Amino acid sequence: MPAPEVVSALGVRFGAEAAPLGVTIPAASLLPAMRALRDTYGYRGYVTASAIERAAAFEVAHVVRNLDANDTLFVRVTAPKDLPEIDSLAFVYAGAEWHEREILDLFGIAFRGHPDPRRILLPDDYTGHPLRKDFAMDTPWGYRP
Amino acid sequence: MGVPAVSEIATTVVEREFGELALNMGPQHPSTHGVLRLVLHLSGETVVRAVPSIGYLHRGVEKLAEHLAYDQLPPVFERDDYLAPTANSHGFVIAAEALGKIEVPRRARWLRAWVAEWQRVASHLVWLGTLGLDLGGALGGGTTLYMYCFREREKILDLMESLTGTRFHTNFNMIGGARYDLDAATAARSQALAAEIGAALPSLAAMSGETPIFRERTRGVGVIPRELALSIGVTGPVLRGSGVAFDVRRAAPYDAYGELDFEVPVRAACDAEARFQVRMDEIAQSLALVRRIGDGLPSGPIFSRKPLKNPKATKLPAGEAYAAVESPRGELGFHIVSEGGPKPYRLKINAPSFRNLQVVPHVLPGGLVADVVAILGSLDPVMGDVDR
Amino acid sequence: MNAWLVAIGSSALVLGVAMTIVAYMTWLERKVAARMQNRIGPYEVGAPHGWLQPLADIAKLLVKEDITPRAADVLLFNLGPVLVVVPALVGFAFVPVAAGVAPVDHPYSFLFFTAFASLTLLGIFAAGWSSNNKYALLSALRLVAMVASYEIPMIVALLVPALLAGSFRLTDLVEAQRGLWFAAYPLIGQASFGIFLLCALAEGNKSPLDLLEAESELVAAYNVEYSGIKFALFYAGEYAHTLAICALGATVFLGGYLGPALLPGVVWLIAKTVALFVVVLWIRWSLMRMRIDQALRLNWLVLLPASLASLLAAAWWVARG
Repeated sequence: MPAPEVVSALGVRFGAEAAPLGVTIPAASLLPAMRALRDTYGYRGYVTASAIERAAAFEVAHVVRNLDANDTLFVRVTAPKDLPEIDSLAFVYAGAEWHEREILDLFGIAFRGHPDPRRILLPDDYTGHPLRKDFAMDTPWGYRP
Repeated sequence: MGVPAVSEIATTVVEREFGELALNMGPQHPSTHGVLRLVLHLSGETVVRAVPSIGYLHRGVEKLAEHLAYDQLPPVFERDDYLAPTANSHGFVIAAEALGKIEVPRRARWLRAWVAEWQRVASHLVWLGTLGLDLGGALGGGTTLYMYCFREREKILDLMESLTGTRFHTNFNMIGGARYDLDAATAARSQALAAEIGAALPSLAAMSGETPIFRERTRGVGVIPRELALSIGVTGPVLRGSGVAFDVRRAAPYDAYGELDFEVPVRAACDAEARFQVRMDEIAQSLALVRRIGDGLPSGPIFSRKPLKNPKATKLPAGEAYAAVESPRGELGFHIVSEGGPKPYRLKINAPSFRNLQVVPHVLPGGLVADVVAILGSLDPVMGDVDR
Repeated sequence: MNAWLVAIGSSALVLGVAMTIVAYMTWLERKVAARMQNRIGPYEVGAPHGWLQPLADIAKLLVKEDITPRAADVLLFNLGPVLVVVPALVGFAFVPVAAGVAPVDHPYSFLFFTAFASLTLLGIFAAGWSSNNKYALLSALRLVAMVASYEIPMIVALLVPALLAGSFRLTDLVEAQRGLWFAAYPLIGQASFGIFLLCALAEGNKSPLDLLEAESELVAAYNVEYSGIKFALFYAGEYAHTLAICALGATVFLGGYLGPALLPGVVWLIAKTVALFVVVLWIRWSLMRMRIDQALRLNWLVLLPASLASLLAAAWWVARG
């Protein structure tokens, strides 16, 4: 359960709004918000990054954890479908690097400032992003949409 | 554009300067714990740079989850982390139960914890045996350790087979409870087996951690400082070997763990030996837990709902839920996003081996080639879990 | 003419006996290892004890395809296995089987034996270099660093009995042990024997010093590109080499053919060699592998000073009469 004082503090400083399991942050203030979470509020532990393709936009939820207070926070940002780009957290949390590569691989969301933006799970020469809703389950290998 | 021809596939491994050797510990290698490709840049025997390459076992399980009904999914996820299968289905079912606000009877919760602890023992025995193979080689002392560990593990698999019919991917957990019930004979057998394996543990430790050569190979090797561990997001015994006392069973208790008394081993040395000691202590703790669960198993039904003949008839309400279990590798979490239908809208698996493996490019440089296998063994990655 | 016939005859006899023992040492290793691991070992071929397993292995290896990598240095690639097997087998010619009886009874037979035992190094290095494979190359590097280093304390430790016996002829060394085996000599002999045993592990590439063919890291390393009969030669050569060193140890430290008269000397010699081999196996299948820097540290900081100290002590002992 995300701590309510953290949620309200983020709301005041960065314009965050409450969202399921955490907060939603405007894309422009993602980096300062994450740095504040890490340095000021004690969310030093990185967990994972989960991407969801909603009807109107892509959403990426970075999951961070405060181990002393035992609190796990989902920090969500959205990116429009015609320009799916989000700032990379690779230099804020070292663990974001591979999780962002996985999202870039499977969803096609670009991360600005990522040190190594290569595909991670799929072959380097693959085209297409399988976890997108418009990628058919029976897309044969060898056919690149 | 079709599949590129062999001659077109570029060799992207380039030695960066004179005297540097780029060695490919390719996907097929006895010590990479599955299909992991490590490109090691060596200066003599010292690793200067390590670039891991994963994805050789990627099966698209998260995409598959969007096309299968909730009750069809637990056996699919059991193939992710194939060394502790029920941990995967366990994580999924508690996430689905959190989403659907499904009550689970008390006996079922204790049974699921019972299976989870046996799986932890079995998985750690595999880890210990393969660590012996890594450090000692298939033609040497390692094989002896391996044979002894697998002999003990066979007894656990026999127990599971007599209870569920399969040795390994038992499909024990289901949304709403457990699928198999423990009868008196199997319960007694489980208690006896826990005592038997507990009695064999000191000899396994004597073959491994107490030998001077093993200590020299693991002490000071693969140090993951606490801040790096937190920033990368390592989990499980790797995190607890770096001094962070985090265990999902304590942080967010699920099933019977809120009612059970157990210790969480933590070491501060941050090296491979610390991770070894954490896992050895975990085996002992799990055996004690199994006996405690067997002694205190409550009576009652083992499920509150059964999967219907048509799995697609079961719908879970719209919303999001995240729940995690402590698998032998660490925090195995499931983030389910539902739109109210019979299938998940999006299902994200928070895989512990993926997070643990990320530490490799930071920790391998500076060590020798022989340390690479020791470090990989101490991280205990399962590629099915890494790639999903 | 007669001398030639004797020479050829005795060579053939020695080779035959040596190769048979080597082949059955593979069987013995698998049985000993299996029993240590709570299993049975070879069982089917030549039931009930798997006696025919070595023959089956040889037959299998002979019919395998012989592959040479395109970029390999063909001369060295083919020379490698030869340089490993031949010196080991030649060494057996120097071992005395009875008082004054040895296929080659030369005043410097001891030196020749140790010299030939060291030639296998060249074979493995040739294999590692010529395979044009980075894993094989790493193995060759480790070989030069490690095995060459471990040769030094081994030879110094072997010099102690030679010094105590006052001769380099192996038959004299055995005769000098009529009173007491050199391995039992207080402190000097025991230390030398222990150092010799450790170095024998390194020479024969046995765990804990089997860095060369560290299967879990280098995946069979120097013989990774070999198949078929060349691999069979490496395999047999490694066993022959280990057995030759055990024979040397049995002769120099354990009294060779000396033993109660109820059995001929040859039998005692073979028994002691096999016993030493089993000790090597016992160590091999129990211990983990050391890392290269730890192995080298052990050699240069512990074994070499210890062996030099025991040599000096032996020299002082001999000098004082």
